[in-house]
Amino acid sequence: MIPAPFDYVAAESVPHAVDLLGSLDDDAKLLAGGHSLLPMMKLRLAAPSVLIDIGRLTELIGIRAEGDELVIGAATPHATLATSDLARADAPLLAHSAALVGDPQIRHRGTIGGSLAHADPAADLPMALLALGGSVDVLGQGGTRNVAAEHFFTGFFETSLEPGELITAVRVPRRPGAAWGYQKFVRRANDWAIVGAAAIDGRIALANMGPTPLRARAAEQALAGGVSAAEAADLAAEGTEPGEDVHADRDYRRHLARVLTRRALEHRT
Amino acid sequence: MQVEITVNGQQRSDDVEPRLLLVHYLREVCGLRAANVGCDTTSCGACTVLLNGTSVKSCTVLTVQAAGQQVTTAEGLAANGELHPVQAAFRQEHGLQCGFCTPGMVMAAVGLLAENPHPTEAEVREGLEGNFCRCTGYHNIVRAVLAAADGAAASGTAGGERAEVSA
Repeated sequence: MIPAPFDYVAAESVPHAVDLLGSLDDDAKLLAGGHSLLPMMKLRLAAPSVLIDIGRLTELIGIRAEGDELVIGAATPHATLATSDLARADAPLLAHSAALVGDPQIRHRGTIGGSLAHADPAADLPMALLALGGSVDVLGQGGTRNVAAEHFFTGFFETSLEPGELITAVRVPRRPGAAWGYQKFVRRANDWAIVGAAAIDGRIALANMGPTPLRARAAEQALAGGVSAAEAADLAAEGTEPGEDVHADRDYRRHLARVLTRRALEHRT
Repeated sequence: MQVEITVNGQQRSDDVEPRLLLVHYLREVCGLRAANVGCDTTSCGACTVLLNGTSVKSCTVLTVQAAGQQVTTAEGLAANGELHPVQAAFRQEHGLQCGFCTPGMVMAAVGLLAENPHPTEAEVREGLEGNFCRCTGYHNIVRAVLAAADGAAASGTAGGERAEVSA
């Protein structure tokens, strides 16, 4: 499978990438690892007229502590995040989720910013970011803004990124020692979650239970009210309208959400 | 557009379309046909090569993304007429059946051992999860990677004391 023809330009810096985004056609796309975009281009589900390559901008790669937050450059590959001592100590749920994306070769290329911008509701990192109460730094012609995960994912493969904006970094609270659990149900190795659940302390996020990653708020409130993990997990699917596909119908996804939430809560470490 | 890429230690300069996938560049422009196009969807790993020493699926990398970088294919492993230790181990342990997945398996294994020189059996199996052998010859493949990690194949001493591989 061959992508449709496109023009290619390698950005020389983040400001250069923003200038290019502002000056090129509206259908210009940013390319980092390309592990969401290139498969879609090969299937001709996407046919941008121009790709702006930001994958080798070192200013977008790396992990650092900044006050009480961990800051991950948008073009940091999953493998780097998964094996980072800093991330494993301060945000182990995030490092763990990065370690579950695809397979080693995919984790060498795919990036955290790319995964979040792609906004697949079945993906690992969007759910992890929501569970952690993280945010993304977004840069455009008008300057920088910070968008909380709650407001970032707006629909099925849709985000609040405006045309001309790019993600520069991802922020999550540093929480060494916080109890967390992570569950992902798949039929085949390396697959996207049929349903996923991530819990840290009393926050619970679900993958593939709707058009975006979701908080299991009824379960969170019950947990805060002092019920057991099992009782709280019974409420995990409240208010969700998950899609149906060859893998699971709506009721089965709701069942999975309850079971996986219970396991995530009970196996918090 | 013009790209400079070092392929198996040899600096090249080629005029390529931006949409040319790295695997097609290697096979059709460079004439290196070890990397196979299997699934063409980033799943099977038959097209695995090393990009700056790290395993990648070359069906999901644009040639232009590799500009200025080092690409290694299975053709680039042997040196001075000697098989690379991973190649020697695959031969010794019969880590192949039909051979289609083998170049990708070998490159993924080389990448794995560069990151983790002494993996456990479980780490080998997880480390090769991005490579499919449709002959299901995984036992001997895992055995070969463990033998290569032991240095057993390179020294030729593995015959008598094979790594135990459980089902």
